[in-house]
Amino acid sequence: MKLLLKNREMLLVVAIIALLILIAIRFPPFVAPGNLANVYNDTSILIILALGQMAVILTRCIDLSMAANLALSGMAAAMLNAAFPGLPVPLIILAAVALGAFLGSINGLLVWKLDIPPIVVTLGTLTIYRGLIFLISGGAWINAHQMSDAFKALPRATLLGFPLLSWLSLVIIAIMVVVMRRTPLGRAFFALGGNPHAAVYTGIDVGRTRFLAYCLSGMLAGLSGYLWVSRYAVAYVDIAAGFELDIIAACVIGGVSIAGGIGSVGGAVLGALFLGVIKNALPVINISPFAQMAISGTVIIIAVAVNARAEKRKGRVILRKAEAAHG
Amino acid sequence: MLQDTTTSRMKPAVALEGISKSFPGVRALSDVSLSLYPGSVTALVGENGAGKSTLVKILTGIYQPDEGTIRVDGAETRFPTANSAAKAGVTAIHQETVLFDELSVAENIFIGHAPRNGLGLIDWKKMNADARALLSRVGADLDPSIRLRDLGIANKHLVAIARALSIDARVVIMDEPTAALSHKEIHELYELVDRLKADGKAILFISHKFDEIFRIADRYTVFRDGRMVGEGLISETTQDDLVRQMVGRDVGQVFPKQEVAIGEPVLTVSGYRHPTEFEDINFELRRGEILGFYGLVGAGRSEFMQSLIGITKPSAGAIRLDGHVKVIRSPAEAIEAGIVYVPEERGRQGAIIGLPIFQNVTLPSLSRTSRAGFLRMAEEFALAREYTARLDLRAASLDQDVGTLSGGNQQKVVIAKWLATRPKVIILDEPTKGIDIGSKAAVHAFMSELAASGLSVIMVSSEIPEIMGMADRVIVMREGRIAGRFERADLTAEKLVRAAAGIQEAA
Repeated sequence: MKLLLKNREMLLVVAIIALLILIAIRFPPFVAPGNLANVYNDTSILIILALGQMAVILTRCIDLSMAANLALSGMAAAMLNAAFPGLPVPLIILAAVALGAFLGSINGLLVWKLDIPPIVVTLGTLTIYRGLIFLISGGAWINAHQMSDAFKALPRATLLGFPLLSWLSLVIIAIMVVVMRRTPLGRAFFALGGNPHAAVYTGIDVGRTRFLAYCLSGMLAGLSGYLWVSRYAVAYVDIAAGFELDIIAACVIGGVSIAGGIGSVGGAVLGALFLGVIKNALPVINISPFAQMAISGTVIIIAVAVNARAEKRKGRVILRKAEAAHG
Repeated sequence: MLQDTTTSRMKPAVALEGISKSFPGVRALSDVSLSLYPGSVTALVGENGAGKSTLVKILTGIYQPDEGTIRVDGAETRFPTANSAAKAGVTAIHQETVLFDELSVAENIFIGHAPRNGLGLIDWKKMNADARALLSRVGADLDPSIRLRDLGIANKHLVAIARALSIDARVVIMDEPTAALSHKEIHELYELVDRLKADGKAILFISHKFDEIFRIADRYTVFRDGRMVGEGLISETTQDDLVRQMVGRDVGQVFPKQEVAIGEPVLTVSGYRHPTEFEDINFELRRGEILGFYGLVGAGRSEFMQSLIGITKPSAGAIRLDGHVKVIRSPAEAIEAGIVYVPEERGRQGAIIGLPIFQNVTLPSLSRTSRAGFLRMAEEFALAREYTARLDLRAASLDQDVGTLSGGNQQKVVIAKWLATRPKVIILDEPTKGIDIGSKAAVHAFMSELAASGLSVIMVSSEIPEIMGMADRVIVMREGRIAGRFERADLTAEKLVRAAAGIQEAA
């Protein structure tokens, strides 16, 4: 499996390189190192979100409310900054992360304690969170001039030539690699997604593990809320509307199985990057936004088809054993 | 006697001749024959794993036999699909009826062959009227338009039988139809069987309950280890005779049981009960002992074991571990306390396909292989290597997906996983179900070693040879209660079957 997964990640790397070559033929400046760094920076938020979504999907759940969580946390951060311009930015970030985690924990609690299907829970909270943004903001925008300079500057500040936003996403990737591969919680995500019945017997609390996955995705959505609002220097009800689908698409393209239990940090990051390259490249080579959507959609279906084929091979083996067991 | 002359003169509605069927590593049926006569009830009896289910699946077109012929009214035929069997008039009513909860009673009866109107659309009026007529034929006063989910299990059976009548079934297979029914419902079912018989249907009745076999069956066929070992008329046999045919084989030689000195009590269970699954479970488990739990499927053994490790909550009861009262509220606490449960279904509840072997092994022991909350792969590998080696696991690498292993090797991974937690008590639920003979012997040998090394083993098994070959003591459960306790010295297969089926001791 690991080898196959490695192959799948390699496949994605090859696909991204092939895509870059195709673009370079039409528009060589796109692949200049500086521009590629910009593309990465532009994709950073999607990467952070995709990693949170991956944790949730691994446990056989889904989080449709991530973008709404991002928007609500972002709006709260912007309003906090507008109301108390003197508040240190790290404190605001902490507040956004905490609010995001709280919103995520609501999803987790509903899935855990009330046993409601995750897709229904997060569809509901998606709408609620969007509605809450309107309630707290009264529908008004928070514009650049209402935000303090420090608030807006943080993601843009550069370190060793790269924006802090890019560095932050790299730190999150590193943390997620450690969480997924080196902690019992990460192991529990995989085990429970792979076989929830068996996981119960090994002492894994299925509901609690799912709750924690939602808290994690909520935290990352909250962090992304601050990053989004400060980077674009505006907050309003509809920011990142529909972005939840991009997040899920990044996971799916990156080989995270919607059926749970299969996926990797590397895959989710590459999936997000693939989408990032398409998004940034197609306008410069004069492809209409509508064609962009069609292309993204096609890529998603191809990715799912490739994954499904890999899993079907596995399924047949199981079936043969199940038959033998009936004898 | 009248029955005798009629059936012997009649031609069978369906006859199986020389049927064999193998699955990888398991020979499920060898050279079995079975004839079902119109207007006659044939009881099929045999232990779990004797091949009854496989036979039903062949009769209903789900499995194809490797060898042998199926005759319908004397003409050789094949059932390549479930649909073709249904068209030939063979229908099965299963333990848990396979109907559609969200559809109406009438839709369930007519699904696949609903009456159509001139436009080719479903003729609801006719369907409901026909359904009502069929239901009254089976004595069910049900509204055809209500949803099936609102019916009790007994009424669902009636719907299934009405469905059988609607496709003009001539052969009706009933696979333990009374398992979930109340006393009154069972009697209604008997009357229904009598009515179907009077209608000239050929009925195959699969049951573990001897009282009902002798109440409604005309003929019997006994299966053992995939072979037909006896058949005849119910009126010419006795319960003792049937039991003897079911279990008649010598056991003992093939089981590598070591003599172990039994030590002090390790686990004491007292007064365990559950509102619906079991009650009054009391026993003691000693060091080095293998305690067998025998019973029919559904006797409440697995349910009890699951409450012992905190998956379901008992409504009353206490356990002592090494003399100290212990409360176990979750599987994690059970593992902590030293009680582990190796569940029955390897695929569903055992190995985690997709995770590498070493991660499967260390999953319940992660607190031991991690420091300060971080996993240490080197220690995981060391632990996995130690225990997979003890079980003689054959794998290219411990990093490979457990799904690439054979069934027997997967079972070893699962057992290694539990041993790695260093338990005091290990509960093995059907440890050798569905694995090949060679792996079975290895699992048995290993079980003996475990007991010899001072572990206490609870072995839940529905296989009499395994129970007789491996257990020091046996507890038999029936309908959620302890129905018998036997020491190894005075254990016989007959006693086990009698206790499990609730048959009185022969005079």
